Amino acid sequence: MTTLTVNGIETTLDVPPRTHLADALRETLGLTGTHLGCEHGVCGACTVELDGSPARACIAFAAACAGAVVRTIEGFEYDSVMAELRAAFTAHHALQCGYCTPGMLITARDIVLRIPGADEARVRRELAGNLCRCTGYQGIVDAILAVLAARRG
Amino acid sequence: MKAAAFDLVRPRTVADALAALADGARPLAGGQSLGPMLNFRLATPERLADIRTLAALRAHAETDDTITWGAAVTHAEVEDGRVPDPTGGTLRAIAGHIAYRAVRNRGTVGGSLAHADPAADWISALTALGGSVRIAGPEGEREEALTGWMSGAFATQLAEGELLLSVTIPRPRPGARLAYRKLCRKEGEFAMAIAAVLDDPARAIRRVVVGATDGAPIIAEGADAGPRAHAAIDAWPGEAWKARLLHVSLDRALGDIAA
Repeated sequence: MTTLTVNGIETTLDVPPRTHLADALRETLGLTGTHLGCEHGVCGACTVELDGSPARACIAFAAACAGAVVRTIEGFEYDSVMAELRAAFTAHHALQCGYCTPGMLITARDIVLRIPGADEARVRRELAGNLCRCTGYQGIVDAILAVLAARRG
Repeated sequence: MKAAAFDLVRPRTVADALAALADGARPLAGGQSLGPMLNFRLATPERLADIRTLAALRAHAETDDTITWGAAVTHAEVEDGRVPDPTGGTLRAIAGHIAYRAVRNRGTVGGSLAHADPAADWISALTALGGSVRIAGPEGEREEALTGWMSGAFATQLAEGELLLSVTIPRPRPGARLAYRKLCRKEGEFAMAIAAVLDDPARAIRRVVVGATDGAPIIAEGADAGPRAHAAIDAWPGEAWKARLLHVSLDRALGDIAA
């Protein structure tokens, strides 16, 4: 049994050690907003917040996350920064199929909060670990830059 | 891909961890290399010991002459300056270009040194600085210099049942410089070529490390370390295009020192 906090709720999971965190979130808890692309830590679709920082849920094992605080895309519904990012993603056409979007948003929120002065080159560098096969990234970069600019006022 | 079945133990002390390793467990730290290997079933251990949160491995310390990072210090902690950087920022910058932030938040310095991917950053950078690692095992603790650490790709002096505890880095003296260059086609991917050069005139040290050689790094020391490293690349048995990249990265790092 593994006890951890998911989106503010203490949760006990009965999963074997081989189960990675993303499968535990999706299959056991029904939190299907965390997407699985490559399952080896390259594509970023499964990015969640783990103990306050972005992490790959496909290469973290749920049993090794005992005691951790996990926040999935569902857990950001009432987050003000995420609300700004959602609006900017809509305005700048920062998604098409939406598969990469949960991971993109969690990475984007980290960029906005951690690097408030980020310019376009820095945003692109920070996004290198999240692959999008629809947008060519321009809309995503524009959306993040718009939120950064708005917050700088 | 999904990992094959394994058991997981979570030791609370180094002694418990060593007991688990003696019992056949393999160490799991940040899991940013081992996780993919498990998912691909390139690694199929029966038991893993989760050492990521062991207090002794999370610590860091400083003396007048050295800094020490616990093996489970993460790349992001180095990047953010949450542990001391004896180079005045070069190691922070190197950390900031390892993989991606989500990986740096979990991946550990000790895990990188123990995994010993030839194209990883810490192997080359900390070897250039003259670093050494502290290892605990059934026979007690010992130190190993990083200059002799790798015996080949993914092969080190770490023996079965041993645990990497920390890495200690001598402080460069005032006026010293560490130059570090790597060539990647995409931000965050493993390097195709790495060159690290330490120039520390006050200690009369010039050490050149050429990494991403598909094996142990090329190491040259002394005033003519640059030319000797270039000669070693010429004698290196890999493909010509890759040797060319090694030469270019070395030229750039030597140019940084000369600038």
